[in-house]
Amino acid sequence: MTEPRPLLEVSRVTRVIDGKKILDDVSLSLNKGDLKVVIGPSGGGKSTLLQCVNFLQVPNQGDVFLDGVSAREMSRHNINLFRQKIGMIFQDFNLFDHLSARDNVAIALRKVKGQKKAKAYQRAMEELDRVGLADKADLYPSQLSGGQKQRVSLARALAMDPMVMLLDEPTSALDPELIGEVLNVIAQLSYSGMTMLMVTHQIGFARHLTKEIIFMEAGRVVETGPPELLEGGPGGGRAAEFCAKLAEVTGR
Amino acid sequence: MDFFKNLFSPEILRAITDFSQSALFIAQGSGYTVALIALAMLLGLILGLPLSTITVYGPGWLKKLTGLYVWFFRGVPILVLMFLIYFGFFDLIESFYFKLFEERLVLTPFKAAVLSLGLASAAYQSQIFKGAILSVQSGQLKAALALGFSKKRAIIHVILPQALRISIPAWSNEYSILLKDSAIAYVLGTMEIMARTRFMASTTFAHIRFYLFAGLLYFVLTWLGVKLLAVLDKKVRIPGLAHDVFRAED
Repeated sequence: MTEPRPLLEVSRVTRVIDGKKILDDVSLSLNKGDLKVVIGPSGGGKSTLLQCVNFLQVPNQGDVFLDGVSAREMSRHNINLFRQKIGMIFQDFNLFDHLSARDNVAIALRKVKGQKKAKAYQRAMEELDRVGLADKADLYPSQLSGGQKQRVSLARALAMDPMVMLLDEPTSALDPELIGEVLNVIAQLSYSGMTMLMVTHQIGFARHLTKEIIFMEAGRVVETGPPELLEGGPGGGRAAEFCAKLAEVTGR
Repeated sequence: MDFFKNLFSPEILRAITDFSQSALFIAQGSGYTVALIALAMLLGLILGLPLSTITVYGPGWLKKLTGLYVWFFRGVPILVLMFLIYFGFFDLIESFYFKLFEERLVLTPFKAAVLSLGLASAAYQSQIFKGAILSVQSGQLKAALALGFSKKRAIIHVILPQALRISIPAWSNEYSILLKDSAIAYVLGTMEIMARTRFMASTTFAHIRFYLFAGLLYFVLTWLGVKLLAVLDKKVRIPGLAHDVFRAED
């Protein structure tokens, strides 16, 4: 039996900014339904990697394939069509401040997909309901808590029916108390078969949900493997060492 | 008793009715002033918005052009601009460079005044909008692009609606400045407040009372416009977005 074609393939991506290699020949692939977690120290290129996946930053070398479609090829025609199929979640939410939660979710449906207002609103309410915020639909971002904002941003991304979700430290800006509600939604998504690439420092969470951890440092993928990779012990790799340090800080 | 007799003497009564008639004549100039400033602000908005957007997001060579525009129109006094435009700035271009117009392009004083004030205001307004655009958190543009918006549509649907709201207080400032700049339009013979005041003052030699009255009119128009924009500001304010100020306890 042959391996299925990966849904998302990042192929030998290099990104140089001001002569510095932020990403150095990074490759990875996700099959449908995979949740892969990228960990590593700050400045290691994790966020840049995610932004290279949907060409928010254009790699200097290499390419990204979504269901076999080349991003570089698409960027010559209309990269926006490529990006539509990839949902993205940011550390600081990046909700549209002037729009209610409902409109935050509906605006791309209306202005990008060209849906009628009523249809877009109906879908927006379904997605807000999915993340448990149907009762907050009329509130504006500045009236929501951090956890609620991140859930709205998840609803906003999901409404576009993405094939893949990119999550860039979705809980890093949240109070410890609010992290759970966001992680719950992400876990639900993963169980329902969503393909996700997630940068996080929530090692415990990652360990339970993912089959593969990708450890990045200085723009390179240093180690890749199952969550056991993070188990320390003598002779543990760089990833284990990093996790031990995290555990020291969090006491877990 | 004599005092009251004198107060209602025919001479004084005539003087009062004369003044109220002249004042009415001057006040009717408000219509011109309001039309002048409304059109100039509108022209400034229509030109200033794309200017600012290009200044922030445009390619380098276009940025240079907008920079040149702002540099020129902020550098030239309104008075000079009015004379340039009224006395054939376009004629000059026409006769020496292009042959764009079949007939000579003649601007009425009113049109020339609107054009001068509007072109200058566009330069100032572009700076207001530029500051406002830059103050919108840049992650929102990134999020819009990630959703599949084109950059242009992301700017139109996400950035500008917020930037325009932020601009209102500074825009009301621009209104109050431009309103008073519009008084200069009298030199072209536009029949706005100032032209009428000068006419009345110089024919009756009652300078003080007429200029005081004109000042009062400008004061009221400024107050009305600023008030109107404050109401607009309140109406379109984004709920929950803090406008409050931290006040330290003494």
